[in-house]
Amino acid sequence: MQDILAELESRRAEARAGGGARRIEAQHGKGKLTARERIELLLDEGSFEEFDMFVAHRCTEFGMASQRPAGDGVVTGWGTVNGRQVYVYSQDFTVFGGSLSETHAQKICKIMDMAMQNGAPVIGLNDSGGARIQEGVASLAGYAEVFQRNVMASGVVPQISVIMGPCAGGAVYSPAMTDFIFMVKDSSYMFVTGPDVVKTVTNEVVTAEELGGAATHTRRSSVADGAYENDVEALAEVRRLVDFLPLSNREKPPVRPFHDEVDRIEPALDTLIPENPNQPYDMKELIGKLADEGDFFEIQAEFAKNIVTGFIRLEGRTVGVVANQPLVLAGCLDIDSSRKAARFVRFCDAFEIPLLTLVDVPGFMPGTAQEFGGVIKHGAKLLFAYGEATVPKVTLITRKAYGGAYDVMSSKHLRGDFNYAWPTAEIAVMGAKGAVEILYRSELGEPEKIAARTRDYEDRFANPFVAAERGFIDEVIQPRGTRKRLCRAFASLRGKQQSNPWKKHDNIPL
Amino acid sequence: MTGPFEKLLIANRGEIACRVIKTARRLGIPTVALYSDADRRALHVAMADEALHIGPPPAAQSYIDIERVMTAVRESGADAVHPGYGFLSENPRFARALEEAGVAFIGPPVGAIEAMGDKITSKKIAAEAGVNTVPGFMGLIDSADEAAKIAGEIGYPVMIKASAGGGGKGMRVAWTAEEAREGFAASKREAAASFGDDRIFIEKFVTQPRHIEIQVLADAHGNAVYLHERECSIQRRNQKVIEEAPSPFLDEATRAAMGAQAVALAQAVGYRSAGTVEFIVDGARNFYFLEMNTRLQVEHPVTELITGIDLVEQMIRVAAGEPLPFSQADLRINGWAIESRLYAEDPYRNFLPSIGRLTRYRPPEEVSGPEKAVRNDTGVEEGGEISMFYDPMIAKLCTWAPSREAAIGAMREALDGFELEGIGHNLPFLSAVMDHPKFVAGEMTTAFIAEEWPEGFDGVTLPGNQLRRLAAVAAAIHRIAEIRRARISGRIDNHKRTLGEDFVVTAQGETFPLTLTADPFGTDVTFAGGEAVRVAGAWSPGQRLARLDVAGEPMVVQVEPRPLGFRLRTRGADLSVRVMTPRQAELAALMPQKLPPDTSKLLLCPMPGLLVSLNVAAGDNVEEGQALCTVEAMKMENILRAERRGIVTQVNAAVGESLAVDEVIMEFE
Repeated sequence: MQDILAELESRRAEARAGGGARRIEAQHGKGKLTARERIELLLDEGSFEEFDMFVAHRCTEFGMASQRPAGDGVVTGWGTVNGRQVYVYSQDFTVFGGSLSETHAQKICKIMDMAMQNGAPVIGLNDSGGARIQEGVASLAGYAEVFQRNVMASGVVPQISVIMGPCAGGAVYSPAMTDFIFMVKDSSYMFVTGPDVVKTVTNEVVTAEELGGAATHTRRSSVADGAYENDVEALAEVRRLVDFLPLSNREKPPVRPFHDEVDRIEPALDTLIPENPNQPYDMKELIGKLADEGDFFEIQAEFAKNIVTGFIRLEGRTVGVVANQPLVLAGCLDIDSSRKAARFVRFCDAFEIPLLTLVDVPGFMPGTAQEFGGVIKHGAKLLFAYGEATVPKVTLITRKAYGGAYDVMSSKHLRGDFNYAWPTAEIAVMGAKGAVEILYRSELGEPEKIAARTRDYEDRFANPFVAAERGFIDEVIQPRGTRKRLCRAFASLRGKQQSNPWKKHDNIPL
Repeated sequence: MTGPFEKLLIANRGEIACRVIKTARRLGIPTVALYSDADRRALHVAMADEALHIGPPPAAQSYIDIERVMTAVRESGADAVHPGYGFLSENPRFARALEEAGVAFIGPPVGAIEAMGDKITSKKIAAEAGVNTVPGFMGLIDSADEAAKIAGEIGYPVMIKASAGGGGKGMRVAWTAEEAREGFAASKREAAASFGDDRIFIEKFVTQPRHIEIQVLADAHGNAVYLHERECSIQRRNQKVIEEAPSPFLDEATRAAMGAQAVALAQAVGYRSAGTVEFIVDGARNFYFLEMNTRLQVEHPVTELITGIDLVEQMIRVAAGEPLPFSQADLRINGWAIESRLYAEDPYRNFLPSIGRLTRYRPPEEVSGPEKAVRNDTGVEEGGEISMFYDPMIAKLCTWAPSREAAIGAMREALDGFELEGIGHNLPFLSAVMDHPKFVAGEMTTAFIAEEWPEGFDGVTLPGNQLRRLAAVAAAIHRIAEIRRARISGRIDNHKRTLGEDFVVTAQGETFPLTLTADPFGTDVTFAGGEAVRVAGAWSPGQRLARLDVAGEPMVVQVEPRPLGFRLRTRGADLSVRVMTPRQAELAALMPQKLPPDTSKLLLCPMPGLLVSLNVAAGDNVEEGQALCTVEAMKMENILRAERRGIVTQVNAAVGESLAVDEVIMEFE
């Protein structure tokens, strides 16, 4: 018996050693932690339960038969984040460069299947050179098995990807289909084809960092939702995000004890809207003052900054926030901001996270770049997402809500539950100046008349009351008391039930 | 109607307008505020019983436009005007206009304003009234020997100065006759070369100069008293930063002599109301008249705190013709008061003025007790705006205590508890002064800031014992935050997260392994070496201010969560503190140290604003000083120039874009 126990221990020790001391040192030398070290940081101390520690590949080609390390380049299992269950896989770059073999893929699929069955998120820590070339199509099949599960799990359990090393070729499509992608600055990159192929095919000279580093994907491509300085920080922040998310679509979002007053008055909000209607202000100040403890987990902070998306808590419960940001491009909607917000809204709706929409939008961005880029269909994504969402929807118009953008931003007409406005709200087809220039074209040569017409239009529409008269605005509220009103609104909606007609699935304008 | 006036108009704004309104309200006098377009939402407007708009933001077209102010005075029906300080407070034309309109000016008679408003006349009057003035020879000096002779008469050391001088050119300090001869020749040469005017004069060189001023108060009945001194030596480029009363430097005899001379001067000019006689005092307590300010001073609260007299009330009563209710013998010094001026100036950017919205403004609570008083005179509220049109002062934070040491302690705590966000401000610098050994010892001169921070201020490094206390705080609050995290719903029953007792704190480049033992009232933090610190007091997650008792001493720390820890601010230090488990720390140690990005080849936006023009494009060669782009902030255009010659490699912003502070506008090769 002793021998058997000893053998178990020795086999375990061998598996835990991964690619061996030399490769681990090399991994550390690159500023990266090993697969197991990462899991330690991601999960509660001592909570990790490993699966398939002894799985080895079955490939015999190219001399692979002689190298069959236990675990096959990926560590999988489950553990807890603050006591809540999550499934995790962590690719081990020290074993065959973390390359994906048939068995490696099977390990990932196993925990994904369990996650869906048991209702817990999947967190993938990606650090892989790509397909196990020696295995050929078996490796590709493995990828596809994972992809299929990503698709099936989408909307069932939250899926989070952390890119902590290379992630290239077909491998990118698994993270691409998960809910969130985070990257580690300077040590991770993602691309479909690497710099060498790019050079050969297009003659473009580009570094891996430029082509697919954290800066590229958080600012330019919007593939990634956030980036962190190093592995330790990234994993700590993923823990923070997990605390906002429900374990699956079968459960409500978590509730956490909070240390804030529900009816906290914020007098400074009375002066948030500048006197000059064309002067910007920082919508994030409002978010911070509404949120429990000022805590805001922003998603895609560096991309399409004219809209802000992220999670806060009200009364300890998760709320997804979508907010126009007047500081950037006057907060207008455009292709990028519509896509960004639409995806966020759909995530929240899929996982029963109530939505708070803060509106200050002068309209859609005009111009050929937008029209040629298909702003019609991209803008429609956000409209569609709000229209189909059945979670509690509370909207606050702080200032401008002009034109079609008013409709899009979770208006009453899109089944908004509570549509509030501050007294500074202006709900109109367009700004007064533009409206008058169309309505009184014949008077354009007479500036005085036009000025008077503009004033008339402002008096009529530069307020929330016309909309309130029609019931499109449920209540005009004091800025300072907004937190209390929102908390009460969401509290009243905790029992909300709403459904859409049966369909196989919708046809969102992708 | 119980007050001395029917209605009081305050021809000012900001904190001083609020200050005057407070006293007027206590006296039962209705108040009228004035406001420019930039001040519609200002606190003084909200506090006053009435408010009148007087024009566009620039002071020249509003607060100091006599015509507009007089129109407002007439319109309001006010029978008295308090001018505050600055603006029209020392403008004889304004005082005369009020006099002609039959409205009381709460200040001195026009004659006194005029007499003291001129440097040369005031010095002459002072000398005639028996006030010490800086000895000097104003006439022309022909030769080196004559210079030495005159210097000998004045008494060494002397300052040899070019009449046309400025900027330190043509100035020499001489300690001996020999140096006086040499200095004369050198100054003359320099003056001729620099200014084309080689006239030279000599005056006493005041060594170890301190700025000490005497508060006087006089009524219309010939009574005049002094309310002791204020020391204002802590100055930055002639801008007072910290004041105190009394001065740690004066002895009773000097105080009495200075007070007597100040009163003599006030009487000599027929003074009425509150005024201040400023002196320069040397290391041997010789004091010399500088000037007289014929108004309420910014730093008057420290005098009020040690005398218990409301100077604004006395000004109002004197203006109404009432006699002073006390005599010199009644005026004693009770305890010690310190004032810190909070400026919207970024100490890390060479005190560059900072403007914008106060997204967070939570001053410490005002208290008034036998052991401690905290007073905060301000003209802003959270959500208020610091505009570029006016003085960048945000508040005057004052503390009082029976002793100087206790007043400094109270100030440290008050500064630590002052929450201010949205703009750059000098709170860290004020804290640094409060902990400076020379300030603590009361050994400062007007050169204090220039000498102690010759390279500018780049933040506070906490000394070892304070850093350990802060590390203990970080660990204790981290544990509280982690316990809350582990109380989230949806946990697996019976498999809860267990939190360890060992943590590793890293702060200011140092690492502290420590062990925590918590009880309901606090946390015992044991450092690796065995030293134990108890952190007592309540803190809950999300609380921005931790008021704790650390190792038996109070500690106030501003807390903001950050990945893996907190941003903690205390005693002027602004630290990113990490709290990790030993295993986390072990792995974190493997992470590469990333150097902060080199910003020398970037053009960063210095203030939030709108990019209104771009003068260069990628690929352009630029010369040092060349205008690169223009950023408009608060309707002011700021031209950003190249710091050195180079090639623009990339432009990251487009005209019309709103830029945040430190946003990269363009990059250079």
